[in-house]
Amino acid sequence: MYSEKVMDHFMNPRNVGEIENADGVGEVGNPQCGDIMKIFLKIENDIIVDAKFKTFGCGSAIASSSMATELIKGKSIDEVVSLTNRAVVEALDGLPPKKVHCSVLAEDAIKVALMDYAKKNNLNIKGLENFKVREHEH
Amino acid sequence: MKRNVYLDYSATTPVKKEVFEAMVPFYTENFGNPSSIYRYGREAKSVVDKSREIIAGTINASTNEIYFCAGGSEADNWALKGVAEANANKGKHIITSKIEHHAVLHSCEYLETRGFEVTYLDVDEYGMVDLNELKNAIRKDTILISIMYVNNEVGTVQPIAEIGKIAKENGIYFHTDAVQSYGHIKIDVEKLGVDLMTLSSHKIYGPKGVGALYIRKGTKINQFIHGGAQERSMRAGTENLAAIAGFGKAASIADEILDEHRTRLIALRDKMINEISSRIGHVKLNGHPTERHPGNVNFCFEFIEGESLLLLLDNQGIAASSGSACTSGSLDPSHVLMALGLPHEIAHGSLRLTIGDFTTEEDVDYTVEKLVGIVEKLREISPLH
Repeated sequence: MYSEKVMDHFMNPRNVGEIENADGVGEVGNPQCGDIMKIFLKIENDIIVDAKFKTFGCGSAIASSSMATELIKGKSIDEVVSLTNRAVVEALDGLPPKKVHCSVLAEDAIKVALMDYAKKNNLNIKGLENFKVREHEH
Repeated sequence: MKRNVYLDYSATTPVKKEVFEAMVPFYTENFGNPSSIYRYGREAKSVVDKSREIIAGTINASTNEIYFCAGGSEADNWALKGVAEANANKGKHIITSKIEHHAVLHSCEYLETRGFEVTYLDVDEYGMVDLNELKNAIRKDTILISIMYVNNEVGTVQPIAEIGKIAKENGIYFHTDAVQSYGHIKIDVEKLGVDLMTLSSHKIYGPKGVGALYIRKGTKINQFIHGGAQERSMRAGTENLAAIAGFGKAASIADEILDEHRTRLIALRDKMINEISSRIGHVKLNGHPTERHPGNVNFCFEFIEGESLLLLLDNQGIAASSGSACTSGSLDPSHVLMALGLPHEIAHGSLRLTIGDFTTEEDVDYTVEKLVGIVEKLREISPLH
């Protein structure tokens, strides 16, 4: 059902945890649907220097969180804004169609965290002007 | 160190060696068509008759009240649609419960598109049907009550004899899906007052693809498959000979060992329930504390999701199942957990472990040990914890 990459990131998730005094925090999903993703970012000079997550959800939700935090570490805000769920899916060597929404949650959680960072620092992040958390579909 | 532990006996069971051996000759040597008059046919027919006799005997029915078919889902479909269609002139109302197997629920939904009305009874927090609610639901045009004997997910045992009495008093046919109770509870169709009963072979260490519908003599029901004269012209098609031979053997073994089977399973079940309850916090036992399938353990683990749990258990060699949305393939957790009134977020963390004849105490110890670590690991990842 899942690729080896998904299983690896699910069994040995990277970047689990919280960042104290994080520069940006983003939470999406809801417990009724069975998945919540919370992403913590540490940002210095427009670079994501650290990212951590906590996720309630299925195997692909945990793997997507793990992979997404790996992908954004060390990247600039501009690079992260252009990161889509597709990149997460590709990096995981694919997700079953019904689980693609997990990667959407990861993208959205990161963007919500960036918005939080922008708000706290009174900034405008290019490319996030019209961002809205998507109603996720199963 | 790592073991292979199968704890999904309510999904299916392995075929017992004696059962398999009883089946083999009917594929190779005694392969005849039971409808043929020559020796091959007579030998084939005699095993079908013998299996029918054994199965009838295990539930105190007459031989000619047992009809073989392709399994539990078919028997449920037949009972519901066959009785509804044959009695539509008397009324078009059916009563069932919200926690039935999909073979019953979806048959009811189909019948609703054909002009029938269906009342779906609620259950209490333990999964038990309320007899007063049942009595109140009965109308002049009610023709059939269908309530499962034992629920497949949470293992709750319904008060079938009481329901049978209510059905009889009101002149309504009573069907019960006994797939999860057959081989686990002593069944007597006379004492229970049921008119139709669904049985399946692969839950009692028999082969898949075969089951039976018990139809009380005199019950008005339509034939299910039109064709030849097999199964007294009620269900046409050349008999699944080897499977029927295996079903008969499995039924006879299950009946013979029923008491020791129950005692053994209940001891393992209660050990598992007690250890999980005492060693893991924020858990909830689903189903009834005492009126329960002898092998059913079903818990919700707060703050975590069922599919993750299953994958990590599988990684340790443990096979189990869950009623979470991610495993049911829909947005909602299982209809059974919802009917018990569990909040969505709790229901997503359900785990069903079902014990059977090949489960050992070491299997239970190993599973609890691994489960403790897995739940802890997933809770560390969870933002809800």
